[in-house]
Amino acid sequence: MMIEQTEPATPTRERPDAPVTTPGKVGEHTERADGVPKVKGEFEYSSDLWMDGMLWGATLRSPHPHANIWSIDTAEAEEMPGVQAVLTHEDVPGRKVYGMEVPDQPVLAWERVRYQGEAVAIVAADHPETARRALEKISVQYEVLDPLTDPEEAMKEDAPRLHLSGNVLKRINILHGDVAEASASADVVVSGEYEVGMQDQAFLGPESGLAVPDGQGGVDLYISTQWLHLDRDQVADSLGLDPEQVRLTLSGVGGAFGGREDLSMQIHACLLALETGRPVKMAYNREESFFGHVHRHPAKMRYEHGATRDGELLYVKARLVFDGGAYASSSIAVCTNAATFACGPYEVPNARIESHMLYTNNPPCGAMRGFGAVQVCFAHEAQMDKLANELGMDPLELRIKNAVRPGIRFPFGQEVPPPAPVRVILERVGDMPLPEEEEVMGRDLRRLPGGVSNVTHGEGVRRGVGYAVGYKNIGFSAGFDDYSTARVTLSIEEGEPLVRIHTAAAEVGQGLITVEAQIARTELGVERVAVLQADTRVGSAGSTSASRQTYMTGAAVKQACEQVRARIFQKVREEYADEDLAIEDGDIVSGGESVVSLAELLGGEEIEETVEFHHRETEPLDERGQGNAHLQFAFAAHRAVVEVDTELGLVRVVEVATAQDVGKAMNPQALEGQIEGGIAQGLGLALLEEIQIKEGKIQNASFTDYLIPTILDMPSVRAEILELADPEAPYGLKGAGEPPTIASTPAIVAALRDATGRELARVPVKPEQIVGIAEKPPSEPPQPGSRGYSGIGHLDEREEH
Amino acid sequence: MRLRLNINGETREADGVWEGESLLYVLRERLGFPGSKNACEQGECGSCSVYLDGVLVCSCLVLAGQAEGREVVTVEGIAEGEELHPVQRAFVEAGGVQCGFCTPGLIVATHDLLGRNPDPTDAEIREALAGNLCRCTGYEKILDAVRLAAERMS
Ligand code: FES
Ligand code: FES
Repeated sequence: MMIEQTEPATPTRERPDAPVTTPGKVGEHTERADGVPKVKGEFEYSSDLWMDGMLWGATLRSPHPHANIWSIDTAEAEEMPGVQAVLTHEDVPGRKVYGMEVPDQPVLAWERVRYQGEAVAIVAADHPETARRALEKISVQYEVLDPLTDPEEAMKEDAPRLHLSGNVLKRINILHGDVAEASASADVVVSGEYEVGMQDQAFLGPESGLAVPDGQGGVDLYISTQWLHLDRDQVADSLGLDPEQVRLTLSGVGGAFGGREDLSMQIHACLLALETGRPVKMAYNREESFFGHVHRHPAKMRYEHGATRDGELLYVKARLVFDGGAYASSSIAVCTNAATFACGPYEVPNARIESHMLYTNNPPCGAMRGFGAVQVCFAHEAQMDKLANELGMDPLELRIKNAVRPGIRFPFGQEVPPPAPVRVILERVGDMPLPEEEEVMGRDLRRLPGGVSNVTHGEGVRRGVGYAVGYKNIGFSAGFDDYSTARVTLSIEEGEPLVRIHTAAAEVGQGLITVEAQIARTELGVERVAVLQADTRVGSAGSTSASRQTYMTGAAVKQACEQVRARIFQKVREEYADEDLAIEDGDIVSGGESVVSLAELLGGEEIEETVEFHHRETEPLDERGQGNAHLQFAFAAHRAVVEVDTELGLVRVVEVATAQDVGKAMNPQALEGQIEGGIAQGLGLALLEEIQIKEGKIQNASFTDYLIPTILDMPSVRAEILELADPEAPYGLKGAGEPPTIASTPAIVAALRDATGRELARVPVKPEQIVGIAEKPPSEPPQPGSRGYSGIGHLDEREEH
Repeated sequence: MRLRLNINGETREADGVWEGESLLYVLRERLGFPGSKNACEQGECGSCSVYLDGVLVCSCLVLAGQAEGREVVTVEGIAEGEELHPVQRAFVEAGGVQCGFCTPGLIVATHDLLGRNPDPTDAEIREALAGNLCRCTGYEKILDAVRLAAERMS
């Protein structure tokens, strides 16, 4: 039986009126609709939610990366004054596990914990501090087990099995052409091993939300997420409710970058709210946030490239090993993505790629901006530089020579669709003027590596330049039925036409709601547009990920507008005119002459259309790793200029230049913001960002120890935006959010190699690698007295009495 | 503990404050000023920046009790009535806002910078805002916003 979505018996929170905006058309500068409330501090984020009588939830997490649970005793916590509920796995009424691709992660652990930070019990209390103290009163008896932390170990036959299905979560092999034959005829062969550390999305708005019981067994959840409907379905499954009894409303989202695709506190808050009959708010702090979401997969990648003497690529062999961590998250899709992008946007006639995704007892990894393409791009671009070096060829020229072009096939068998301007974007970054050389000696300290730390006045500072190019699939791939839903309503309010747009698509900061409004303005010729708060009262929009929302939800809004327009024109044809109809500034125009105003035509009538837009079908890869797996490809090239203090290993990135094909710049300023912000995250991975893990335990769960780029680290960006239309896409647009994060990292590292002559096969690059103390950072922090550090801090030994 | 302080020009009181609560918590959860943000609660991100007796502070690092009897100005107190302050307007126009979680702290910090130094160089802007993390923008449009605000305010 299909149950209508019920309205809550105890009305929860007032639904605010959607602000009416007057956007520009597609391609025109339009200020973001939520800009003013954000600068005034009035925009409501999920961590700001507040209701009378609400309780605070808190989560007890496993201190061990791997342990058996023998017992959980909550009695003492339950008796604490102010504590309203203490729940464990026994209190999960529905499915006790969840997961986007494979439901393998316990809502609350039982029998076994598989990573440090896994949720074991939850508490609701009337003050957050009371809730935290109650957690300390829960006694869990663990039998600590050895953690399995190396994916290579996890692959072995005799490794302990972390899941019933074994430790191999996914394996993809791509076999293309004849690598054996090609390698026999290669003039030049280069190989290397590359490593990428675990990066964190580090969105600033911590995981948070408010669950409100409806008094009829259902619940409303106000939440920051990337995909409302997927959250809803997983929450409903675990609560043992019908999806209709669980209503989700998007709350203000403080950034996402992939880290909000998986559930965090959603089910927990709902369980506590239903148990206590009161609204429950949960908000992680920064430390908990590091345990509360998945991270970018660390990778180890072994590559071999073979080419002819004049630089034509003959083959690529690659073995990629990804650490998926304790649970599946979206690792299967990441494994596939990495395999398909392993060779880079180059014509590679023969390839053999193995991509392995393993379960370990490390923190679970999943989606982060770039999704598998980031790791392999670091490796294939390092290989291209190595090859250029071996051939004595210019690195840019080698890339241009081998760039893919429409009509040829990627190593996974799909034909390269037009436009694929890889050559053009490489030429563009090559042609951009280099930032002026500036005398290092005597310069303002703030423009030297190390800045006001006053570590160099220019001695030992060398400049380097590096290039890279990368690409990424847009939209969901490999046979997934990817769609988005939009409802568009046109009515007359206060004598003027107004378009309302309702979707479930998550605005996470990227500016989607502004683009939706621009599309309506363009298609319906109506100045005033209101975008309603995203919620589950309308059909799914799919996830705000894979750079897909402007394409997918944009297309759904566009088509819904077209249908509304068609109905208007039908009315016009019946009563007025039928030639050459258009809507301009609220008037119906025929052959350039105004025939009737929308206000007069519609009167009190509302025209509403709902559209579900599905993109073209894609195919899963076959057993040889072949198939038309992806919908659209977006390309970006980067050039980085760095200055390195070669004595101390400190770096100043002077400039990052980029050329990116976006098909259509829907909102130019927002697009630039995506490019600049994406490059900042690429810079972070190149130089700063890594979750450090020792025996399965995170060592740096804070912004004190996990460093993201500040305004001092980030250089200016020179961007050239190409608009080469994709004939298949709405307005010809290409997804734009991820490409900036992909090749920016390898470009910066290439520049560092250029400046230092070192191999630098691992990111983030640490000072000790730059100065050549170690190719990898030391696994132990240096101790006084250890080699190379003994003199530091001992005045007598330095003879500086 | 009972607390009395002046926020954005008005006297406010909170009862039953636990001694361990930060000024940020009291502002957000007890007094209805959720504009200041809580991205780290460790003094690392600047999203909670407010003025305390005219001095820019991270409100997450100030114990609520320390603010007793003092004057606090939050992001909610920066606008001049309904009119946006030029710093706020510049952030919207220049595209310095994406998710906006860093924005309240940056508005207050920029307001402070331009109060001290109406015509800052780029190096001075970078130095002054180095304590405000933003994960979305890459800072370029934030620099644009500060330059625009400085130009308009001079
Ligand atoms: S929340 Fe205060 S500095 Fe981050
Ligand atoms: S706009 Fe999102 S953190 Fe700055």
